[in-house]
Amino acid sequence: MPSALPSAPAGTLYRGRDGMWTWVAHRITGVMLFFFLFAHVIDTALVNVSPEAYNTALETYKTPVVALMEVGLVAGVLFHAFNGLRVVAVDFWSQGPRYQRHMSVAVVVIWVALFVPFVVRHLMNAF
Amino acid sequence: MDVTLTIRRFNPETVDEPSWQSFEVSVQPTDRVLDALHTIKWEVDGTLTFRRSCAHGVCGSDAMRINGRNRLACKTLVKDIDPTKPITVEPIKGLPVLKDLVVDMEPFFAAYRSVMPFLVTDGHEPTRERLQSQSDRERFDDTTKCILCAACTTSCPVYWNDGQYFGPQAIVGAHRFIFDSRDAGGAERLEILNDREGVWRCRTTFNCTDACPRGIEVTKAIQEVKRALIFR
Repeated sequence: MPSALPSAPAGTLYRGRDGMWTWVAHRITGVMLFFFLFAHVIDTALVNVSPEAYNTALETYKTPVVALMEVGLVAGVLFHAFNGLRVVAVDFWSQGPRYQRHMSVAVVVIWVALFVPFVVRHLMNAF
Repeated sequence: MDVTLTIRRFNPETVDEPSWQSFEVSVQPTDRVLDALHTIKWEVDGTLTFRRSCAHGVCGSDAMRINGRNRLACKTLVKDIDPTKPITVEPIKGLPVLKDLVVDMEPFFAAYRSVMPFLVTDGHEPTRERLQSQSDRERFDDTTKCILCAACTTSCPVYWNDGQYFGPQAIVGAHRFIFDSRDAGGAERLEILNDREGVWRCRTTFNCTDACPRGIEVTKAIQEVKRALIFR
């Protein structure tokens, strides 16, 4: 038995194309954003406790580790936002399904165009 | 040329778990994967079990997962799928495996039957044919090509994880009648597909469109049914 194959009963991974993998990435970034919003609601709500508690919480964010997590956050938000618009167009624009692959390319191009300048600027501030 | 086929074997009468088995066969580059399977079954191991009937891409019996993608074995040429590496052949995913590459198609056909895939008419029966303009016929031409091979439905991640979903093929089957100007059952079919497990389960991964051996734009057909529901 070739070692490259997964053992039974799993079978091989289905080799979907860009449509399937953008869907997978959309789900992963969606769950990621859910947990971010969870933390974000809590830290913002701290201002109800006291402005000092809020400031203390925000102070813990100003570290290089959190700065790197923010890079991941922006990467996820940008992808989720633009792929979300693509999914909306696939369902609501009559020609959407026919041009979904072009729109996938556009999502990646816009993502790179916004993400790369952000990373440069952000890391200059953080480090 | 010699190619290696790595086939996922399963015989529920003798073993509990499926396993991989490799066969080396001599084929022409222009042979189809089905020819290689025939060579194995006829000359090497007669217990290898798979479905095929017409063997020419019309009956839709031999859908299987070849190198990770759903295809018809009778329409896939060996030269088109990198014969230098072992070719993996598995049963289609999401339906119960009965033996080797044969799956139980009943859940798939049950979903198809549930969308009323037949002409529904009202009023008096005309004394002559039910006429239809060329443009009205063109409206649903794409979805008439379906051969019920299940390549689309079993490529759908939603279908793998939720056996209640009608699946792409049933929606294609419904689309063929919903947009037929002679048919009067469209409203009822739309109501069936408006179900929680109906068209709204589609996550537009386009696996079905990529898998269809007939080149039907399956995701587009599903989207047209969604739009018909929104704008009805």
